[in-house]
Amino acid sequence: MSHLAAAAEQGFLSPTGVEIAFLLVGIVTLGAAVVTVTTKQLVHAALWLVVALGGLAVEYLLLTAEFVAWVQVLIYVGSVVVLLLFGLMLTKAPIGRSPDADSGNRWAALVVAVAAAAALVWVVVDAFRTQWIDLEGPSQGSTRATGEILFQHWVLPFEALSVLLLAALVGAIVLSRKSDSDKEQR
Amino acid sequence: MNDVLDVAFRLVIVFAVFMVLPLVVGQTEHKVMAHMQGRLGPMYAGGFHGWAQLVADGVKFAQKEDIVPANADRRIFQLAPAVALLPYLLVLVAIPIGPSEGAVGQVIDAGIFFVLAVMGVGVLGSLMAGWASANKFSLLGGLRTAAQLLAYELPMLLAAASVAMAAGTVSLPGILNAFEWWWLPWQIVGAIVFFVAGLAELQRPPFDMPVADSEIIFGAYTEYTGLRFALFLLAEYAGIVVLCGLTTVLFLGGWHGPWGADGLGWVWTLLKTAILAFGVIWLRVTYPRLREDQLQKLAWTVLILLALAQIALTGIVKVAIQ
Repeated sequence: MSHLAAAAEQGFLSPTGVEIAFLLVGIVTLGAAVVTVTTKQLVHAALWLVVALGGLAVEYLLLTAEFVAWVQVLIYVGSVVVLLLFGLMLTKAPIGRSPDADSGNRWAALVVAVAAAAALVWVVVDAFRTQWIDLEGPSQGSTRATGEILFQHWVLPFEALSVLLLAALVGAIVLSRKSDSDKEQR
Repeated sequence: MNDVLDVAFRLVIVFAVFMVLPLVVGQTEHKVMAHMQGRLGPMYAGGFHGWAQLVADGVKFAQKEDIVPANADRRIFQLAPAVALLPYLLVLVAIPIGPSEGAVGQVIDAGIFFVLAVMGVGVLGSLMAGWASANKFSLLGGLRTAAQLLAYELPMLLAAASVAMAAGTVSLPGILNAFEWWWLPWQIVGAIVFFVAGLAELQRPPFDMPVADSEIIFGAYTEYTGLRFALFLLAEYAGIVVLCGLTTVLFLGGWHGPWGADGLGWVWTLLKTAILAFGVIWLRVTYPRLREDQLQKLAWTVLILLALAQIALTGIVKVAIQ
């Protein structure tokens, strides 16, 4: 009930500057993401991904989740995209359009993407409904707040995730070892 | 209105520092390298010991023709220098120079994450330049840059995490407020790992494999001329300033010093940064370039282990003193 009251106080028809900025950055992010999957220039796709991921970081910042925003930049823009670009350079991505940068699965991919987006939007809307973040008060996404929540309420998923990552790491080592022994057999 | 003025004033100061300090480091490098090699270095520009040499260089760069190779990816080629340079300007905003409120451009709650994240973005500029130049040497340079970054990002992060654990905060002024003199020996391994990994990320000798002139001309920057090339050079020197400043703040106690703590804190910060920058120049003159496999081996088998050991040590001491 209190949530509903808060929503009524805020109102949808007189957006604040932060809300407008949030919406605009969201549009840019979405546009960059669409270009990422539709462009035929491989390296451009990776660079548009930087724009999309950076846009997400700005959205986090606007929601006062400072810590998450910088970690987003650090991991995704600083490492994942660099890894992607490294891979693209190894495969000699051409300058200009790649004629074969197209997939016959694109309709299936579109269906999966729309379904995933719908599920995510549904979950987020269902979880938060009409909650409003008070942007004026003390930051609610500070490092301290994030850390306390993460290591008190969400510590089990956090540990499960680290085990998953460890498994992936071991798997990567096993796979690279295997190719070594293949070489010896030849 | 006062707030707006205050912010504008801070930004102007940060920008001035950003324009001046890299040039000072560059000129120092000219002179220090020259004297270490038994010569004089620039002596004419500006009169006194060639102090205006870099200004003259800047004028020269501005006059040169700006060439984009015919087969290059024009827009990315032209955008790359900005992507390489701007992150260092942003990082400078967050580095505190003195203990007072006004001695930092902007206090950022997750300061360590901010500076490391934004510094990582700068390397994208080199990658973009390397790919968009349509030149094999550039591409090789870009590849080496990426491989080097992937190897050295991890030890740098781990070393920084050790300080954050010790201080119990990730805000840069917060870390300095918690600093005690005995952190120096306690965190010394982390400091060395951080500094070495930072050097590698800046592609400074002995980690300058990505721009190895005798092999791949100038790596990712081979095709650049004029102002855009100058921007890449400026990014390198701004990177030195940022790295030395960060090492000072994280590991060497920033504004803390044996005396003159009140009012003169910024002198200590600048002095420590300058000494580290001198060390960076010294390394360039004295050490040969590491080979690519030696580079990777150093990062994965030495630095990461040292950083993990430092984190373990930090954890043990932290628990013991509580």
